[in-house]
Amino acid sequence: MISVRGLRKHYKVHKRPPGLKAALRSLVHRSYTTVKAVDGISFDIRPGERVGFLGPNGAGKTTTLKVLSGLLHPSDGEVTVDGHVPRLREEAFLKKIMLVMGQKQQLLWDLPPAETFELNRAIYDVPAIQYKQTLDELVALLDIGDLITKPTRQLSLGERMKCELAAALIHRPRVLFLDEPTIGLDVSMQATMRTFIKEYNEKYGATLILTSHYMDDVAALCPRVIVIDKGLLSYDGSLDALVQRVRPEKRVVLRLAEEVDAARLAPLGKVVTHEAGTAVLQVRQEAVNATISRALAGLPVTDLTVENAPLEEVMSELFAENKARREAAAEDASRESVTA
Amino acid sequence: MSFRNTLRAMPTLLKVGFAEAVAYRAEMFIWVLSTTMPLVNMVLWMAVARDAPVGRFGQEDFVGYFLATFAVRQLTSSWAAWLINWEVRQGTLSMRLLRPISPLWAYAAENVAGFPMRLIVAVPVMVLSVVLVGSRAVPQHAWQWAFFVVAVLGGWAISFLANVAIGALSFFWGSSQKVMEVWLVLYFVCSGYMYPVELLPPALRTLIDWLPFRYQIGLPVEVMTGAHGWREVLWLLGAQWAWVAVMGTLAVFVWKQGVRRFAAFGG
Repeated sequence: MISVRGLRKHYKVHKRPPGLKAALRSLVHRSYTTVKAVDGISFDIRPGERVGFLGPNGAGKTTTLKVLSGLLHPSDGEVTVDGHVPRLREEAFLKKIMLVMGQKQQLLWDLPPAETFELNRAIYDVPAIQYKQTLDELVALLDIGDLITKPTRQLSLGERMKCELAAALIHRPRVLFLDEPTIGLDVSMQATMRTFIKEYNEKYGATLILTSHYMDDVAALCPRVIVIDKGLLSYDGSLDALVQRVRPEKRVVLRLAEEVDAARLAPLGKVVTHEAGTAVLQVRQEAVNATISRALAGLPVTDLTVENAPLEEVMSELFAENKARREAAAEDASRESVTA
Repeated sequence: MSFRNTLRAMPTLLKVGFAEAVAYRAEMFIWVLSTTMPLVNMVLWMAVARDAPVGRFGQEDFVGYFLATFAVRQLTSSWAAWLINWEVRQGTLSMRLLRPISPLWAYAAENVAGFPMRLIVAVPVMVLSVVLVGSRAVPQHAWQWAFFVVAVLGGWAISFLANVAIGALSFFWGSSQKVMEVWLVLYFVCSGYMYPVELLPPALRTLIDWLPFRYQIGLPVEVMTGAHGWREVLWLLGAQWAWVAVMGTLAVFVWKQGVRRFAAFGG
């Protein structure tokens, strides 16, 4: 469905230090720097897959989505989406895809969302019967019946985002790019959006690429993740395998009937937190069973769970690893150039 | 989007555009107030013509000319350059580019959809002109009305396409609003908006005939007030629509080149 080979997107950016002197100098002499937003990534995505794009801010995730949706022309590389070259922005291609950006909206600000739905029906040439059926479905699933006749500007962020998603799906896109779709939403609204997105993917077999800083979104929706850092692909595989690779240790969470001394916890594993009747221990995977037995035998345990490390921690560790690797490579390169 | 599909979507684009124009009605009426310069010019030129006509223009002729200018400005204006500048800088153009219809059609539909609201202002002004000047303030014959409609459409098309061409420069320069301001100054000076271009010396008049500005507003006003015979009108309309073709080619070229450079900032 999606094929990306050696994708590069470089920007030439005007750069100047702050201050009046620098501002005056920039009148006659401008210095530019090249930003490598994406620097040679390759991957394939099968029809119907749900893939999470992860990376720190400025990693190149959104740039990649914008290239895939035809908004940006790549500097180099080959990209195809369902047989189309996105940058050509053919009508057939645009009718198959949609990019939903949590920080940009397509809803007409002063008109009710129903007007945007109607506009999209006309623009995407959706047959009247399919339009009615899709709209009824979206209204029911997203519970937006009362909202679509109110002016968009009077809706809350969460309400607007639900209507935004409905507007994006009126033409039933086969490929859905979601860039931070739950940004700024409360926990319950995030859960609603996740459930809906998953149902849409399962019902229509739509291919889905998601970027989100909320790891819960990724964990709930994406069996596969692609990690990009500084424009380079640093991981492509299952989420579980990523966690196993970066942080193979497990977390044993103990709820205790009474306070216990920290000294009694230390022999069981690395104490991550210990407060208000709860202790979290980090232990090697092969030591989990033994740790549990010793904890049950020696401590007043009322409840016990075994979990993976939080995804946020896994990602921070991965990004820190990548950074250290880059710095080491840069140091090697500079040492080699001095030797030469 | 194919032309056939664009045509099919157009009624909905216009309907939604009209709903937006109604939503912004207060803003639109304030904009109308900002276009009252012809009324000021009318008073000034009436004072100039108090003792003797200026060229063929007596006081009454100036009333007819400037009321027509006011009405025609309502019907031929475009604001696409500001919108394009804003959307390119903010990156919100992305949402338009994702749709299978050229944003240029959407901008055009939004402009045209505002016409009914503008007619609410233009028609009473035309009626007032007839009351003050007599029936010669508006076209006398059916053919004149037909030519007037064509001239207004041509004037609007030049304005809109110039707006697109200048607005699309923001893809290259980050902002092109200053260029639009320069264009507007030339428009005010050369279009017949401040004074009838026929009052200018022959050399300047010839220069203005070769520029697009006169065809944006001066020509529709001249057709409305019956300044030319039908042969001359036909010739002038030919020149106007040649400018529409030139501006159309330029606008589409700059737009297409610009979209390739779109950086889709933000988000």
